[in-house]
Amino acid sequence: MPTFFEKKQLVTPGELLAEGDYLAGENTYKEANKVYANRIGLADVDNKKVNVVALRAFYLPKVGDIVIGTVTEVGFNGWTIDIKAPYSALLRASEVLSRQFKPQADELSQVLNSGDLIVAKIASYDRSHDPQLTVGEPGLGKITRGQILQVTPTKIPRVIGKKGSMISMIKQETDCQIILGVNGVILVTGKSREDEDLAMMAITKIEEESHTSGLTDRITQLLKEEKSKREEKKE
Amino acid sequence: MNEKTEKLIDKKGLRLDGRKADELRPIKLQVGVLGNADGSAYVEHGKNKILVGVFGPREMHPKHLSQPDRMVIRCRYHMAPFSVQERKSPAPSRREVELSKVIRESLEPSVFVDLYPRTGIDVFIEVLQADGGTRCASITAASLAIADAGIPLRDLVVACAAGKVEDTVVLDLMDTEDKVGAADVPVAFMPNLNAVTLLQMDGVLAPEEFETAVNMAVEGCKKIYLMQKEALRTKYMTVKEEVEE
Repeated sequence: MPTFFEKKQLVTPGELLAEGDYLAGENTYKEANKVYANRIGLADVDNKKVNVVALRAFYLPKVGDIVIGTVTEVGFNGWTIDIKAPYSALLRASEVLSRQFKPQADELSQVLNSGDLIVAKIASYDRSHDPQLTVGEPGLGKITRGQILQVTPTKIPRVIGKKGSMISMIKQETDCQIILGVNGVILVTGKSREDEDLAMMAITKIEEESHTSGLTDRITQLLKEEKSKREEKKE
Repeated sequence: MNEKTEKLIDKKGLRLDGRKADELRPIKLQVGVLGNADGSAYVEHGKNKILVGVFGPREMHPKHLSQPDRMVIRCRYHMAPFSVQERKSPAPSRREVELSKVIRESLEPSVFVDLYPRTGIDVFIEVLQADGGTRCASITAASLAIADAGIPLRDLVVACAAGKVEDTVVLDLMDTEDKVGAADVPVAFMPNLNAVTLLQMDGVLAPEEFETAVNMAVEGCKKIYLMQKEALRTKYMTVKEEVEE
C-alpha cells in the first residue's frame, strides 16, 4: 500500500497518488482502489487520507460560508447576487428589511442597487437549488467603503495562515480591517488609501507565492520595507 | 501527382521534414496565456499554432440548454481566416462543426460533469495556423486549459495521430502527408487511466496496419503527455524557484 509522491509535491490531474487502503480527500478521487489527483496542486497524506491543496479552483457554495458578492439584478422580491461561483445566489427582500416585505411600499433598488457589494452568509444550498443568502447577523450587509480584491478561493486558507498568523500580521502591520470571503473575494478597509494599497499588495503576493515556504516571514519583511520607504518619502 | 509528393519518404526512410517514421514534430506547450479567460493554453505543434480559452463552470446561457443532473460542455473549434494558405471564410464550416463535436466528446469523459449540475463550461479553440493534425493539437491544449481553469479532471487528455504514407505507418502526420497519404488515425488518450477517448480513421488500412497505427499513436500520446504535465507545472514552478533561491 504505497503512496507515489513526496510531501508537498506538485501534482497534475490524473496523477496516481496512492494505492490500496487510502481515502480520497480533497481534490482527489478513488477508482479501482487507486487514488488520483483531479486538480493541479500540492499533495499530502494525513492519516490514510490523501489530500491535494489545489492551486487553481473555483468556489463551490457551502452552508455557513461568509462570502462577498455583487448585486447583479434587482428582482420583485429580492436580489440576484454574483458570488463568483458557478451558481448565482438569491437574497430575499424580507432578509434585508427584517420585517414583512410589502411590494407596494418598498422600492428594492433603494435598499440595494445593482453593482452594490454585500457581505453575506450562505443560508441554504444543495445541488438542485441555487444558494440563498442571509445578512441577518452582525458584520453582514452592504459594503460602504474599502477596496475589493479577488484571489483563487483555495488560497484563502493561505491568506489566513496557521491559526490566523498571516492575516493578523497583515492587519497589525497595515492597520486595516480585512474581511475574507470564502469565495475568494477580500475586502480591505483602512484609515487611508495607502494603508489599503499596502495590504492589497501583500495579499496579491501571497496569492502568487502561496505554494512556497517561509511566506509569512517574507511578507512581514516586505511590509516593513514598504512602510519605511513611505516614511522616507514623507520626510 | 507532381514529383515532390512522390517522395514522401526518401531512401533513408526520412520524411519530407527529415523526421523518422515514429518521430513527433517539435511541440511547445504553454499554460495560462490569456488574462480574461478562466483557463487557457497555447500549443505549437510543428507548424500548427492553436490558442484555447476556457470559461466556467458558470450558469448556462441560454438557460434551457442546462441539464438538471450534469454540467454541459460547449466547444467551439474555429480556424482563423489567415490560418491556411487560401483565405478561409470565418463562418463555421461543416468541418469545423464536426470537429467541435468530436473534440467535445473526446474531452467529456475526462471531466467530472456530474459534480456541477445546471452549469456549463465553454471551450474556445482558435487555430491561428494549421498544418495537419489540428484536432489532436486542439485536444491536447484544450485539456490543459480546462485543468488551468481549476476544473476537476479524471486525467489529462492527450491526442496524437498516426497514418500511412507510401506503405509505411508513420506518426504525427503533417498537412501534405495527410492529404497525399493513404490513411490518418487520430487517437485521444488518457494516459493514467489507459483509456482511449477518440478514435477515428480516414482512408484505407489493413487490420494489422491499423493496429500498428493505433499503438504508434498511443506511444506518441504518452510522449506528449510528459510535455503536457511539464507545461502545467512550469506555470507554478518558476514562481517557486524564483522565491526560494
